[in-house]
Amino acid sequence: MKKLLFSLALLATPPVLAAAGVSAELLAGYRAEAAKPFSAAQGEQLFRARHGDIGCTSCHTDNAKSAGKHAQTGKSIEPLAPAANPKRLSDPAKVEKWFKRNCNDVLKRACTAQEKGDFVTYLVSIK
Amino acid sequence: MKTTIFLIAAVSILAGAALADDHVGQYGGESRAKPLPTSKPNATWRQECGSCHIAYAPGLLPAESWRKVMAGLDKHFGSDASLTAQENRAITEFLVDNAATRWRTPGAPLRITETAWFKRQHDGHEIRPEVWKRASVKSPANCAACHPGADKGDFEEDRIRIPR
Repeated sequence: MKKLLFSLALLATPPVLAAAGVSAELLAGYRAEAAKPFSAAQGEQLFRARHGDIGCTSCHTDNAKSAGKHAQTGKSIEPLAPAANPKRLSDPAKVEKWFKRNCNDVLKRACTAQEKGDFVTYLVSIK
Repeated sequence: MKTTIFLIAAVSILAGAALADDHVGQYGGESRAKPLPTSKPNATWRQECGSCHIAYAPGLLPAESWRKVMAGLDKHFGSDASLTAQENRAITEFLVDNAATRWRTPGAPLRITETAWFKRQHDGHEIRPEVWKRASVKSPANCAACHPGADKGDFEEDRIRIPR
């Protein structure tokens, strides 16, 4: 049954996501745990929100297509949007690793599947 | 006579220092070793430790420091840098196996910049304080600003380039 759901989820993934190198597996996983459909607008809100003196944009800049810079070390960070960096979102384990770290650092908690799905949907929507 | 006494005193002090040096090694025992064994590059270490800063060479700290750093990655100098258990094991093993070999004290600092060898080699005589404040340097953690081969474990003195 799980397999069938997964295949259905794959079918439901718009082809544009696959074309951008985004792992269908990733979004399918979030979709299985999220209540509402994913929203690029919600994702963008997450991306721009400030929490105390930090937010995603502290390191990733306010343009997800731009290269970022680590706020503490100055090390350069490749763009978040797959439109500017085709490797981005292509490895689900890597995406999960960074959601875990960055949600902890910025929000002081884990992100929900809904938030992750919205966020990925926003990044993929950027042309 | 006065000169003789002075000479004797000076010689004794020097001899004492040499003996002490022999016992604990250089830098009060906090001496590093060859920073990176080129024979054993480790891809997981390079990839994971090199994503937010340069992958600091294992020989810059003693084994106990690396064990402590790797056990606290969820709160790594203010950031969550956690790894999977498997990655953590592999990297810890690499760091510990290739850690500083000349360390002679029980001290295990967490920051490379807190080690005696680092402080001595980067003190006010070696580097003027204003250099650290330059945008091109930014922080003492940014080895590569002045050591272009830092990510390859190359800290040779004649390859140092201090940026404007």
